[in-house]
Amino acid sequence: MHVTSSVRPPLITGGKTYADVTEDICRQVEGKPTKEWKIAFTISVIVLAYGTACLFWTWWEGLGVWGLNKTVGWAWDITNFVWWVGIGHAGTLISAILLLFRQKWRTSINRAAEAMTIFAVLCAASFILMHMGRPWLAYWALPLPNAFGSLWVNFNSPLVWDVFAISTYFSVSLVFWYIGLIPDLATIRDRAQNKVSRYIYGTLAMGWNGSAKTWARYEYISLILAGLSTPLVLSVHTIVSMDFATSVIPGWHTTIFPPYFVAGAIFSGFAMVQNLMLITRVVYRLEDYITLEHIESMNKVITLTGSIVGVAYLTEFFIAWYSGVEYESYAFINRATGPYWWAYWTMMTCNVISPQLFWSRSIRRSVTWTFFISVIVNIGMWFERFVIIVTSLHRDYLPSSWAMFSPTMYDIGDYIFSFGFFFTLFLLFSKYLPVINMAEVKSVIRSSSEKLPAKVAGVAKGERVANPTFNKDAE
Amino acid sequence: MASAHSIPSIEERFEFTSGAKQKLLIGGAIGLALVLIGAFLLANGSGHEAAHGAEHAEGAAHHTSNWMTRIWANIWVNSVYFTGISVIGLFFISYNYLAQSGWSVVFKRIPEAMPAFLPVTGIIMLITFFAAGHDLFHWTHEGLYEVGGPEYDPIIAGKQGFLNTPFFLARLVFYFVSWYMLWKVIRNASLQEDEIGGVDMYNKSVKFGTAFLVVFAVTSSTSAWDFVMSIDTHWFSTMFGWYTLASWHVSGLAVITLTVVTLREMGYLKAVNSSHLRDLGKFVFAFSIFWTYVWFAQFLLIYYANLPEETIYYKERFTGFGGIFKAPFFINLFLNFFFPFLVLMTRDAKATHSILKVACWSVLIGHYFDFYTNIMPGTVGANAGFGPVEFGFIILFTCAFIWFVSAQLAKANLIPKNHPMLEESLHHDIA
Repeated sequence: MHVTSSVRPPLITGGKTYADVTEDICRQVEGKPTKEWKIAFTISVIVLAYGTACLFWTWWEGLGVWGLNKTVGWAWDITNFVWWVGIGHAGTLISAILLLFRQKWRTSINRAAEAMTIFAVLCAASFILMHMGRPWLAYWALPLPNAFGSLWVNFNSPLVWDVFAISTYFSVSLVFWYIGLIPDLATIRDRAQNKVSRYIYGTLAMGWNGSAKTWARYEYISLILAGLSTPLVLSVHTIVSMDFATSVIPGWHTTIFPPYFVAGAIFSGFAMVQNLMLITRVVYRLEDYITLEHIESMNKVITLTGSIVGVAYLTEFFIAWYSGVEYESYAFINRATGPYWWAYWTMMTCNVISPQLFWSRSIRRSVTWTFFISVIVNIGMWFERFVIIVTSLHRDYLPSSWAMFSPTMYDIGDYIFSFGFFFTLFLLFSKYLPVINMAEVKSVIRSSSEKLPAKVAGVAKGERVANPTFNKDAE
Repeated sequence: MASAHSIPSIEERFEFTSGAKQKLLIGGAIGLALVLIGAFLLANGSGHEAAHGAEHAEGAAHHTSNWMTRIWANIWVNSVYFTGISVIGLFFISYNYLAQSGWSVVFKRIPEAMPAFLPVTGIIMLITFFAAGHDLFHWTHEGLYEVGGPEYDPIIAGKQGFLNTPFFLARLVFYFVSWYMLWKVIRNASLQEDEIGGVDMYNKSVKFGTAFLVVFAVTSSTSAWDFVMSIDTHWFSTMFGWYTLASWHVSGLAVITLTVVTLREMGYLKAVNSSHLRDLGKFVFAFSIFWTYVWFAQFLLIYYANLPEETIYYKERFTGFGGIFKAPFFINLFLNFFFPFLVLMTRDAKATHSILKVACWSVLIGHYFDFYTNIMPGTVGANAGFGPVEFGFIILFTCAFIWFVSAQLAKANLIPKNHPMLEESLHHDIA
């Protein structure tokens, strides 16, 4: 017998039955695309088309079209890469770590957050391919037998570790997300009204039959994947941070980087989840499932991780002084007061100060404030990577090589590409797949509803169930 | 598992028996005797003094170490270690409140009792700093800051804004006072809840727990710099604060787990079921891995960049002082990572008393060595060793810690009977 304490706030409002959950969440998958969705999708595709054209030109012409120079050899490309990988982290945290901690509020947001993870990691990977300049040789990053003599990847390089870390992370996240989808795909299959959708969802559902045994397997594999994903959440951004920290560049080589990057990643990821979920819940009328409680919990995580990042900033600053290493001290003073001071203070304001507003209960329960601060946080986290990368590089050891970085339209266009790519994928996901994990939400209805309906199972309404064209029993 | 659904009584009072007190007193006496014997041996030139002359050149920055330094260094190692364990009790309570966790309520009185030891270590550390600050902390030597003087050290002089006696003492006092006061508030709220019930005390605890987390977010790092990092005065690592926190945290979790298991074996805490044990085991398992992650990240980055001012730290521990720290260096990794990792891996292991005990002791001994390898090279250097003095102080501190925690546990019902999450915890079932 599980007990839920009365001090625990409810997670599902509106007295939903199991049937209601199915109806509410399947509605947008089964219905025709709405006008809003079509407009948003069209915009995304146009943005993607523009970005693709820029990207095409980047590859056709070469990386010279970017604003990189002999001193700043990494700028927006790696900034964008780290930013997107970071955003991905929230999805895995929600699906894996919160599962291990048995946090029931994760059930309403895990599906969309995991989808976000997968798309964000794809965007991140696209910058790896971009900055290779010759993407057709990308396989050189893999330890494949080759005909080039002793040419082999350099296992000493954290960039190679990245290849393994990110591809592992992507694979595990994809499998986790997909397995979580299977019961819901089966629900949609069983409600399908035409052959095409029954065939497609039926194939994707992999013969799920809802027996006790399949559910037991589902739970086992969820736990195993959560166990696998948890170290991955840490390792991926740890290795990303080592791209910088293993070097001896002042401002890059600092031992706190690994955990601090992980915290920053979760921070920005949750901000992105907030942005996506706040829109989704309104457009799809899911306010009963993604309640203010969920929003508040996520805001608490944002405050926590933002504060961890803040402690790390201060630690770095302090140790730069304490160490007595003049290069290190200069790097930090230059960040705050040098020519890129505006980037530094943007980062500080957005990342350290703005999440502190969430100490106010009314702000962290306000949808408008949450949306606004989440955007601010993601701007801040982009600037954080920009500050780390560009301010450390633009002051070379040789003052004659000191330089500034200014982005060209291709730096910007390639970044825009990733937005087009991300939102196109996310919109496709939110139309054709259930944005909330129906099966897992149903599992918390009994324990966490605001008020339980008289009959939890409910009665299926609507034509799909009353008159299914392709009922599995009819076959 | 047949009895999983029958909830035993929650009216339980721990009795700190005179027999137990006697045992602790005997233990303390043995510890003291060992310290005295060890001190006598050291003062008369046996033990590890032989290595003294040959290796002294390596620790050139340090004053001549004598046997008293080794005594003080031992007190410091144990104080830092037990301070950490004690304060983690409050850390655990606080994050459990903030995260609205329910499962841990049934054994919450145990972490709640641990900070009772804070005044002891706080006073000992103050005394130690006054009595032996010069022997333990190189930066306390005034000559280092005299420009042009024979001992002048521009790097250390640059740190004077932070590393100076008044500020250091102020911080030391602030840590203990703020931790202890916040603990008092939370502890009293918890005891009051037993009397009056309701959710007011719960809400108050959430508030003050969060306040503690804010304080601890800063003080956990700065205290690690003060207590440990400043000993190797030239050296620095931005990770060090979190590294020490990770070390303290897993040690604290091991103490909580070990106490729960011990109390169960004594016939208490019948309401703690195998699900609680498994979750505790998971915490120890997970955070021993987390410590290793932090340890390894710090090590790898320093090793990889190979900057002399950073690698010296590991060099000293690896080959310095005639290699005497190499063994503790590897014992540290073995006991804190490999052993608990393998032993706690399987599901059933985490619910088995004997395995939990072995794993927790491994973690506890391992993290003693963690602090040992961080503190000893910079304080006693080549004169360090592991003999009666070290062993005696461990026993002495352990007995004192058990005494204080037991006395605190005896003051209230072992189960917080009016905690609003108690029902959840009593029915905790993750089978």
